[in-house]
Amino acid sequence: MTYVPIGHDATVYAPPAETPEPELYHPKTFIGKYIWSQDAKVIAIQYSITAIGVGLVALVLSWLMRLQLGFPNTFSFIDPSAYLQMVSMHGMIMVIYLLTALFLGGFGNYLIPLMVGARDMVFPYLNMLSYWIYLFAVLLLLASFFVPGGPTGAGWTMYPPQAILTGAPGAGWGIILMLVSLAFFIVGFTMGGLNYVVTVLQARTRGMTLMRMPLTVWAIFTATILALLAFPALFVSAIMMTLDLTLGTSFFMPGIVSQGKQLGYGGGSPVLFQHLFWFFGHPEVYIVALPAFGIVSDILSVNARKNIFGYRMMVWAIVGIGALSFVVWAHHMYVSGMNPYFGFFFATTTLIIAIPTALKVYNWVLTLWQGNIRLNVPMLFAIGFIFTFIHGGLTGIFLGNVAVDLALSDTMFVVAHFHMVMAIAPVLVVMGAIYHWYPKMTGRMLDDTLGKIHFWVTFLGSYAIYLPMHYLGFLGVPRRYYAMGDTYFVPDSAQSLNASITIAALVVGVFQLLFLYNLVWSYFKGKPSGDNPWEATTLEWQTADTPPKHGNFGPELPVVYRWAYDYSVPGAAKDFIPQNEPPDLSAAGAGVPRT
Amino acid sequence: MTNEALTNPASLPVENGLKGVVSDWSSDQRAFKKVPWGKAMMWVFLLSDTFVFASFLVSYMTVRISTTVPWPNVSKVFSLTVGGQEVPLLLIAIMTFILISSSGTMAMAVKFGYQKDRRKTALLILATAAFGATFVGMQAFEWTKLIMEGVRPWGNPFGAPQFGSSFFMITGFHGFHVSVGVVFLLIMAAKVWRGDLDRETPGFLTGRRGNYEMVEIMGLYWHFVDLVWVFIFAFFYLW
Repeated sequence: MTYVPIGHDATVYAPPAETPEPELYHPKTFIGKYIWSQDAKVIAIQYSITAIGVGLVALVLSWLMRLQLGFPNTFSFIDPSAYLQMVSMHGMIMVIYLLTALFLGGFGNYLIPLMVGARDMVFPYLNMLSYWIYLFAVLLLLASFFVPGGPTGAGWTMYPPQAILTGAPGAGWGIILMLVSLAFFIVGFTMGGLNYVVTVLQARTRGMTLMRMPLTVWAIFTATILALLAFPALFVSAIMMTLDLTLGTSFFMPGIVSQGKQLGYGGGSPVLFQHLFWFFGHPEVYIVALPAFGIVSDILSVNARKNIFGYRMMVWAIVGIGALSFVVWAHHMYVSGMNPYFGFFFATTTLIIAIPTALKVYNWVLTLWQGNIRLNVPMLFAIGFIFTFIHGGLTGIFLGNVAVDLALSDTMFVVAHFHMVMAIAPVLVVMGAIYHWYPKMTGRMLDDTLGKIHFWVTFLGSYAIYLPMHYLGFLGVPRRYYAMGDTYFVPDSAQSLNASITIAALVVGVFQLLFLYNLVWSYFKGKPSGDNPWEATTLEWQTADTPPKHGNFGPELPVVYRWAYDYSVPGAAKDFIPQNEPPDLSAAGAGVPRT
Repeated sequence: MTNEALTNPASLPVENGLKGVVSDWSSDQRAFKKVPWGKAMMWVFLLSDTFVFASFLVSYMTVRISTTVPWPNVSKVFSLTVGGQEVPLLLIAIMTFILISSSGTMAMAVKFGYQKDRRKTALLILATAAFGATFVGMQAFEWTKLIMEGVRPWGNPFGAPQFGSSFFMITGFHGFHVSVGVVFLLIMAAKVWRGDLDRETPGFLTGRRGNYEMVEIMGLYWHFVDLVWVFIFAFFYLW
């Protein structure tokens, strides 16, 4: 093959820009720059701080729940109602207001424009609105702690009829605030989500083809599409339940007798709510998991100094998991009384989704195989993710089968399963990602020693919490129960196991404060990081300034010549080649000219 | 950068058929060649909104099955008495005709927009907005009539209470879409009339420069609202 001499004419390798660059908005005041900001990076940090802040509330709630379970009859301020309210708020905050907002609003906003080589999101003004509506939704949700009756105690799934009847804690104000807050969250998210999708599709830089994008972008992109298609079901069910609560309609309410009195409801379908909720709820699992998959792929590849194994298969696995996630929702409903033939169908699809998922796990492990591994803090979290994700995934295969699920449903086994697979695993990635990208966001490294302590306590602590919980589930300890009481099948020793879980949870919780301390301390005193501390190839590490200025790149947008994973290329001078480095024609295996 | 940019994006070579799709999606910069950002975003939004209306309609079908009380006879409930004679579905036929006509004026507005015919575009957008407002007005009339006859979200004298609940919820949600559309049509008409799109004036809130693609994007939304109505009409009034 003969190479055309290129000099500096990039058009040989990448087509010319198809459209002129849009004008960026230029903030003139401090408020325009940092408060009502339209810069995706500032919005990302606003999203992240808000999400982590509300996540801390949910963390404290989980401590209180664990105190009650570990040491029942000790804390007088935790009564059964308060306990149910903690369960409900903990679940909803963690899944939606923390993880969804942090992965898509936080990492999505920060990384998509930088990684695809755009100056900003396509519609910055809409992006700004997205954050402020999200903040409003968070405030509405938190307001429910201060209204008469307190927040809702109907469970994070809010199943009717009990969510609508007056018996559930927070039956008046709490549940309505929750539903309205969710509706606002969805409106706000849609504004951001449209931006993420269109930026990936239509605003990439020259040479950035879809198959050259880092897996982080692919994963956040797919997760956003899932969210745009799944949140409508939650939006609609929130509206319908609000009408049931306020106007006395009967969408979800069958004819029902409460405390000896026939209520005015009749003819609605409670199972309809479950279908709508899980049509949203199962894709939601992947809205949280897919960004974690993508980010972990990039962290593993950078720190193994190897290209990600099977890049194309990884992309197709992300897309495939995303598509399949829309046809598995009723595996959450095996005990709901739906037609048993449904169970057969949904068990089959659920087990099929294990195939692309397992493929990803194999590819992560094969990326590590014979890599030149740098065991730094982000890498530790990434490897920790592989462990917890495999464990959570395997118990998912138990629960995906109807016959096994009937016995294990609504026990602590389910709690252990989903915390392992969609709480601990994505949170480990969130932490790894923060250690990984913090230098780009602030220009300083996080402290290494504190990071390692943080990792080992969190990782081992998670096992100390959730492994025994599987066993409690096998014993038949039900989830969501305030106290166990006397049963003939749960031995007394279960209580000591519960106490040890609580102690582990408190220890892990306290060590998260160490992480927060590290975040603040390193911002002022951390070691300066330089532009590319991890020697990574992707575009966000090639910016002219760290942290990147408004507009992300200098006067010229980067041109992309290669995929995101050129690590340890044989014959290359360094062990990584940035995506925007023009091919060196003298080196063997240089990029192929455009024909 | 800009000096290397193609000055005329329309001159991009585009292949047709399946081959073209493959080459577009494997290219850099844009997956949908020649599609501006705003138009791509409107399409994605409409896809999401489709799921909202689909969830509403599926829920309506489900409660219609689950309720134990017989469903009201819709051709009776939705009839008008004209000259002593009961005409079923009269009002709704007129409403549907008006809304579909508004799609026609909208399509013409888009056509004249791309011809940069400022006056005709503005007038046709105004006509569309007027049709839309008439539709919402007639819907308000229909609601009033039903409420006078005793139809409530929680019950009605004709049969299953879910009839009133889903009727008010779904037509209300659709009417809200139409009303929002009318407001934006009026804003767009003013912009076109003032010549903002010719002069590429930056938008008041977003700061993005005006162009006639905006008319088409507005049109996409309007046609979507129209299309949704066809489904609501079929499922509510003809079933």
